[in-house]
Order: sequence, then structure tokens, then C-alpha cells
Amino acid sequence: MSGAYRIPGKGRLTPAKTLRFTFDGETLTGLEGDTLASALLANGIHLTGRSFKYHRPRGIVAAGPEEPNALMQISRDAVRTQPNVRATVQELYDGLTAKSQNRWPSLTMDIGAVNNLASPLFAAGFYYKTFMWPKFAWKRIYEPNIRAAAGLGHAPTEADPDHYANRFAHCDVLVIGGGLAGLSAALSAAESGADVILVEQNSVFGGALLYESGITVDGKPGYDWAQDAIAKLKAMANVRVLSRTMAFGYYAQNMVALNELITEHVARPDASSPRERLWQVRAKKVILATGSIERHMVFAENDRPGVMLSGAARHYLNHHGVAVGRKIGVYTAHDGAYTAAFDLERAGCDIPAIIDLRKDVADALLDEAKSLGIEVLTAYSVVKAGGRLRVSSMEARPVNGGAVRKFSIDALITSAGWTPTVHLFSQSRGKLIFDEQRGIFVPGENAQYCVSVGACNGTDDLERLVAEAVAAGGGKAKLKVKGPSYAGGMSGASPGEDDKPVKAFIDFQNDVTAKDIRLAVREGMHSIVHVKRFTTNGMATDQGKLSNMHGLAIAAETLGKAIPQVGLTTFRAPYTPVTFGSIVNHAKGQLFDPTRRTPMHETSAKMGAVFEDVGHWKRAWYFPRAGETMHEAVDRECVNVRTNAGLFDASTLGKIEVAGPDAAKFLNILYTNSWDKLGVGKCRYGIMLREDGFVYDDGVVGRIAEDRFHVTTTTGGAPRVMSHMEDYLQTEFPDLNVWLTSTTEQWAVIAVQGPKAREMIAPFVTGMDISNEAFPHMSVKECQFMGVPCRLFRMTFAGELGFEVNVPADYGQAVWDAIYVHGAPMGLQPYGTEAMHILRAEKGYIIVGQDTDGTVTPQDAGLAWAIAKSKPDFVGIRGLKRVDLVASGRKQLVGLKTKDPKTVLEEGAQIVESPNQPIPMKMIGHVTSSYWSANCDRSIAMALVAGGRERMGQTLYVPMPDRTIEVEVCDAVFFDKEGGRINA
Amino acid sequence: MLLIHCPYCEEERPELEFRNMGEAHLVRAPDIANQSDEDFEAFLYIRQNPKGTIYERWRHVHGCARFFNAVRNTVSDKFVMVYKAGEKRPALGGDVKEKGGRK
Repeated sequence: MSGAYRIPGKGRLTPAKTLRFTFDGETLTGLEGDTLASALLANGIHLTGRSFKYHRPRGIVAAGPEEPNALMQISRDAVRTQPNVRATVQELYDGLTAKSQNRWPSLTMDIGAVNNLASPLFAAGFYYKTFMWPKFAWKRIYEPNIRAAAGLGHAPTEADPDHYANRFAHCDVLVIGGGLAGLSAALSAAESGADVILVEQNSVFGGALLYESGITVDGKPGYDWAQDAIAKLKAMANVRVLSRTMAFGYYAQNMVALNELITEHVARPDASSPRERLWQVRAKKVILATGSIERHMVFAENDRPGVMLSGAARHYLNHHGVAVGRKIGVYTAHDGAYTAAFDLERAGCDIPAIIDLRKDVADALLDEAKSLGIEVLTAYSVVKAGGRLRVSSMEARPVNGGAVRKFSIDALITSAGWTPTVHLFSQSRGKLIFDEQRGIFVPGENAQYCVSVGACNGTDDLERLVAEAVAAGGGKAKLKVKGPSYAGGMSGASPGEDDKPVKAFIDFQNDVTAKDIRLAVREGMHSIVHVKRFTTNGMATDQGKLSNMHGLAIAAETLGKAIPQVGLTTFRAPYTPVTFGSIVNHAKGQLFDPTRRTPMHETSAKMGAVFEDVGHWKRAWYFPRAGETMHEAVDRECVNVRTNAGLFDASTLGKIEVAGPDAAKFLNILYTNSWDKLGVGKCRYGIMLREDGFVYDDGVVGRIAEDRFHVTTTTGGAPRVMSHMEDYLQTEFPDLNVWLTSTTEQWAVIAVQGPKAREMIAPFVTGMDISNEAFPHMSVKECQFMGVPCRLFRMTFAGELGFEVNVPADYGQAVWDAIYVHGAPMGLQPYGTEAMHILRAEKGYIIVGQDTDGTVTPQDAGLAWAIAKSKPDFVGIRGLKRVDLVASGRKQLVGLKTKDPKTVLEEGAQIVESPNQPIPMKMIGHVTSSYWSANCDRSIAMALVAGGRERMGQTLYVPMPDRTIEVEVCDAVFFDKEGGRINA
Repeated sequence: MLLIHCPYCEEERPELEFRNMGEAHLVRAPDIANQSDEDFEAFLYIRQNPKGTIYERWRHVHGCARFFNAVRNTVSDKFVMVYKAGEKRPALGGDVKEKGGRK
């Protein structure tokens, strides 16, 4: 038996196909095709959770994704546990484990329910008013406690072991919704030859046809027609059909995001299968057939478990074969609830009364009720629902006053009418218009090429519905459809609910009552947007699918305005919650961000390199020997470069090949330097500015031929320098005959630096003379290196005799290894970026981005010599003349020596003139680079200091939290001031 | 994600392939070195930031790598047209106000 409330002969599930699941530890039985909600209801369980704020007992309200109450923690194992899953959407599988949320110690006995008794304290806006004093208490008492009490379920604590798929798709027609309208539109579009994607949120197609038993299409019961239609569509080559797929976001140019659940309904998912799939569909035309959502009636204690929507009760009965109770009360302002009541009565349930707020009800309905023996009270309202953990009674009273009648019930179904699901249309930026007569918002003017059909378009008449769906699909098919038509509907609180301290809920999930909306208006919130924020109405995970219209109507009534004048809050994606797994998708772990490795990465790793991240690059940071600390390793590497020679991987430097007859002319524009007189085979250090005159990048440029330059950039600057160059070439100087090619990854660059550098590479070089006379500092020549084509540079960033060996990337590792094998006996050692930084700082060479920050001119950096005096134009030439850039007192780059040579300054530390000033002190600069220099046997630092070059020899102060450090301003060159070593 | 028509590739490609490069038709003066402070300020800093029609530069950076210009409505995000770099600014009778320093 799959539950005492399962009615033999009703519904479409197979009684033999039973599944076992647990709810709060109790083992229960359901049927294949059940949702968790229908299986619980079949077992007579309505109480499924506690509300967010007041911890009130709550039950299942709906049968679809609009469910506000029945949120569960669903777990497969310790790792795969997901909070806030709607029981009405979760399909049952064998072994499913569900737990109710927001209750302690148990669902029936919840300590947090004291909030309900103290509820006068928790009226709308109480957070803003209550936790104000004393000042310290927010941070130490209120916030930690509120955070601990907030939230419903528990997020998993371990990393998600599942994987998620991602797909882009294009189609002619995307049909969203697989009910009568959606299927009609999809058939129409498919038969006219369009490439169609049809999306349905449910596992079963049919939409309202799942519960609406009165509709026939082409002579067939509606549900059967839907199954035939979907079978036909699936068989067509031009149609893709996606079930269990939610269209949750509608973006620009008809891009719709879908989330497909793949394994959420499977008892033992294949480990290789993705759990969910994110679709990004670009459709020429979108047909919205998203249906409508029923509103509940707003009256006192309308949140008792067992009080639910009439359509939902009908859904559970007609599709799952489950009665939501045995004695079911009905409270309605819409005809639909009558048919639900009739279906339930015929299935053997007792309907004590239908309470109808309206005075006039169609005779046909009243006659049918009479024939079934159901009492109908028109112009009555329900003023109270009784019971605590389950509804036990309803009290009804004539709208105009009079005696209260009390009915004993175990369920209460309500309907205030249906709200068109215009969320996606609104997300597409289409304008909504208010249908005064029916009190609903319907799609108005389109912003994108989409068409709303059926209930989401406010079309209730079945013949018109099918006709507009077929027309939207572009076909001419004729479908004969018959079925009931319904009238009625209202928004807002029902009579009898007033400002007495009763709880008539409009937003179940955020515990917002009708009274809260009135309070918000009284306190000055006159825009619906403010009312929403003040009360949190519609701000829960269901985004007010049931409550928004009620809230709006009550606000409008309180303000004495018409609904359209109060406005509507904006519908935003996602329509229903989407997991982080699906959004993050493949972008995690190694696929989160690309990792760039140099050609010498593996061999560096074998030599013991410790790597650091530089942008996307992994760079060898230092090469510790056994037992060495980083400090010891770096000191050894620095000393060895200046004593013997070091081997350094400089492959990450940006490289751009600038070629063409106008190459020199082009570089004249891009760099401050002049390139006309640079001979073939020579190199020059170049500075690149932005138009504002500040340093943008730097690097050495070698002239390979009259019309060909080998440009290097900083590691981090390579892409932006390339873009900057292309920009000027394409848009400002398109007449220049120049071609730019990024060659960063084409060359492996091996720097050999130090007094013995020449001996280290000499045996490998053929085709040229590398003596100092033939190949002086700042030279470049193409040659063969180990028989490999090579661009050999004589240059240094360490201030030593240095070479940079550029070979095609694939040869990098072999060349590196060969140089090392040959050089190691002579003292060659690899060094990393840390030693490289120290060596260049010993020489006062700047790093753009470390010693400059986007507000530093070449003059500030002490590089005025690199600005050509006679050029009529270069990027930044005008910027450099700006008043502030030529003013005195600008921060200039200088060296700093600590009075105590052992003290190493902190990079970023601020500098002051005198330590004896009140706080805040006047800061005159900051430390940009600071290291321990083993070669100088003392600390060294560079700093930007106001008027720095005028302060040589001055004592300045670096205040730190625990002490003040005395420093002396000095020249930024700390080692080999004469520069003799580079020319050795 | 927008679809953008590249006037060089002559097809619509996803926004992922493009980079917005700021306002279009800011003319770098041929004799920029001697430009007045006011004109240089306008060139360097003053931007329209309109609500409505904007003339802007895009680069098909992950495609043909070319720079081109586009007219887009900043409210609806709709592209009115695209055209190649260096082509004259199309007159659309739009709501873009002219300011000193640009043509």
C-alpha cells in the first residue's frame, strides 16, 4: 500500500511500482511517478516544515515549482545534500531521504515557535527598528544570533562531487511550456518545418491537462492527447524536446537560459552522467506558454497545514490518485475550486461546504453542487481556520456580517483565481498591462521577438487559446478543443481579515501578513518597491509567485489608489532557484582559470623550483636546495649570479613582432624613445605611455632588420600592450604599413646572467662572434644555438654581463638543460623571480606596476633620458605637458637605506618627514620595493617620495604599528654604480 | 549575452568574442602636442555616457581582432548599426549632443 490517502482507480500511477523513502527518519512508501509531496500526502502527511520567521507549522500548498512551504533537505549521502528543495518538484526515487527544515528539536515540537507568541515584536520592519541600541551590540550580539537563526536548510560542507554540463543551442522557435498551449504551438511550428526546442519544467507533459479532467482535444481526453502530441514531436527530426527543464532566465536578443535536471529523479545515478545541464539557447522566436499560477485566499490562520490551492488538490487527485483529506472545506472566489470540489466529492471525499466570497455564481455550478449534495454558501467568507499542526475547522460568516458557522474539516482548498505567469515575458523587458476587469497583469508591448500564448497571455477560452498557439507556431492546423470555462478571481485580503492581531498570510515563505503590508503603507512606504523591501513580501526563494498580487492589491487599497498606479516590482531571473553547481558548471578546479606554463616548467620543477603565480603564469620563484629556507636559497642565488652566473627562465615576458616598412615610424609613435637611429642588431630600452602621460609599460626592443623589431613587454602587460598597439595602428594611424604579431609563446627565453655568462653559452653559439667587441651590451643577432635558430640578445636585468637566448618554444627545455649541464661545473645555478627582483633592485631598475602605479611619469621614475626631445608626436606627448605633471613636489622614485642595515622595510609602508606629529600624519610617499640584499649585505629599498630627488641624504621615517624606522634617502642604484659589469 | 555583427567578418558572433573599447569618434588631434588645455581635456576625459544612442568602439578581439564602431541604445542594449573604423559617423538624427573637442 502506498499510503492511506491513495484512492484506488484514481490517478495515472501504477500501484505495483512502489518506492521506499524516508521523511524525518520515518520509512514510507510511494509510487513511481510521485513527487515527494504527492507521496507524503498519500501517507496523510501535510506538515512538512516550519516557517522562516515565526516557526509556524506549515504544509504543502501547491503542486508545482511555486510551492512556498514544503522546502526539504534532500540527501543521497553526506556530501550530496541539498537544502530548500521543493517537495512538489522533487520526484520520488527509491531510497530518497528527506528532512524537514527550520525546526528543533522536531517538526511537531519546535522551540523556535516562541517567535510566534512574540510575533507583535516581529512586525514588518522590525529588523530596522529593533537592533539599534546599544551600538556595540549589533556586531557582538544581534548579528551573530540573527545569522545563526536565519536560513532554512543546511548547505553541504564538502565540495560537490558531481559534475554539471553546459550546452549552447540555436533554434528557430523555442517553446517554453508543455501544456495545451505549448504543445499546440510546438506542433504548429514543427509541422511548418521550423527547428523547434520544446521545454517543460515537469517530467510529464500536459501542464493543466494533468489535473483538468474536463478538457478534450480532437475527441481525446486532454491528457491522452498531450501524450500523443509529445510522442509525435519527439519523433520529428526538427524538434528537440526537453523535460525536467526550467527556462529560468530571458536575456537580450532572445537568449534564454534553461536548467535541465538529469539525475535528480534517479535512484542510482550513473557516475559519469552530469547532474544538471545548463542550456543557453538563442532562438529566432520564443513562444511563451508558461501558464498561470493559482492564488490562495487570504484569511486568518490560512497557513495551517492542510490549507492548500484548489488546483493542487485536483492535481494530486487526478494525476497521483491522492486525496488531500477526507473532509475537505472549500473557500473560493473563482469557479475553478468548484470543479476541484466536484472531483474530490466524486472520488469519495466529503465536501462539507463551498464558501464563495462572490454573491453571484453560475447556476450550472450551483446545480452540480446541489446534485452532489454539497452545500454552497455564497457571499460568505472564511474568517478563521482552526487547528495547529493540521487544519481542523473553518469558520465562515456572511460577508455583510451575521452568524459564524463552523465546519469540521481535515483539509481546506482555496482559490482566489489565477495569475498569468508573465515572469519570462517581463524579464525580456516586455511591458505588462493591467486588465482592469479581471484584475491581472497580461503581456503588452514586446521588447523582443516573443509571443505569449494561453494562460500566461490571459487567454482562458480554450478555442482562442489553441488558435493563438497555432498561429504563434506559424502553422494552420485546426484542433478541436472542448472544456469548461471559469469565471471569477480577486486579489487582496478577504473580508473579515482586518487589523486585529490575526495572521492572514500573503507570503508564506517570508511570513508576511496582510497586516504587515498595511503597516508598511502607514509607515510611509508608498511605492510597492518600498513595501516589498520593508515587509520582505516576495523576497523569498519563491519570489512571491503566490503573494505579489495580494500584496499589491492590499497596498493599493490602503493607499486608495488603483493597482497600476502602485506599480509592479520587477521580475528577475532566475524564475526558480538554480544550483551553484549548474551556474559554475565546468568553471572549477583546473578549468576555473587557464594556467600558463613555460617550456622550461617541467625541467625547472625537477630542479626543485618553487613556483609563484604571476597572472596566469606559473613562474619559478626560487630553487631551494635540501634544507635551505627560502631566504637562504634566494641569498645564494643572488650571490651566485654576481660571482659566477645564473640561469633564468624569462619566457613569460611579452613579445611582439613589429614588422613592415613603417615599423620604426610606428614605434616612434608608441614609445617615448626615438627608433630611427637604432641600428640593425642593436637594442634599446623603451618606455610606453598612455595619452595622459603616465608610464604604461616598458621593455627592451631589438632591431632585427630595417623593417623588423623584436619588442618585449612586461609579463603582465603583454595583452594590453598588444591591444594598445593594435588600437593605434588600426584606428589612429591606419596608413602605416606595419604588421603586429604576438610571439610571447613562440619563443622560449633563457637568460644567462653573470660574469661567467659568456663561457656558459660559448660552445653552443654558431654563426657569430659573441666577444664583447663584436657583440656589446644591448645587441641582438640571429644565429644558431645548438643548431637551433636563435635570436641572441646581449642584455641584462641583473646588471651583469648577460645574454638572453631566444629559441623556438619547443626547443626551450633541451637548450636550458644543455646550458645547465655545461655550466654547472663552472658554478652556473638556476635562479627564480625572487632573486631576479632583488638583483634588478640592486641596480635601481624599475618594475612597471610595482615601482609605478599609473600615476608615475617617466620624470618621476627618473627615466626622463628615455624621452626623445625632437619627436613631433608620440603617445603621451601632450599629457606630459599637463600642469600637474610638470609641477614641482611630485613623488619621485628614490632609494632608501634603513639606518639599521638589518631592518628590511615593508613594501607599501608609508613615509613621513617627522615621527613627532599628530595622527593622521602627513604622508609624503611610500615604499615600492624592499629586499634584503646579500650582495650589498644590507637591506635596500625603492620608494616614491614627494620631491624625492631634492631630499638626497635626508632622514625620513617609516612609522609601523610597533616602531618607527629611520631611513635615509639615497640614489636608487645600490650596486655597481658605474655600471662596469654590464660591459664586461 | 548580446549578438554582435562584426562588419569585417560580416556575421553575428556572441558578445564573448568582443571587447567594448569606449566611446567612438574621439579625434586625436594631428598636432596633439600643441593642443590647448581645454581641447586636450575634452579628448582625454570628457565622455557622453548617454541614456539612449551611443556611438562606441568595439574590438572583435577573439575573432578577427579588428576595431570597429557601433551605434547602440544604452537603454534597450539594441545595436542600431555597426560600421568599420575610420568610416564617417552616420547621422541618425539621434539624441547625442555634440561637445567641444570632438567631431
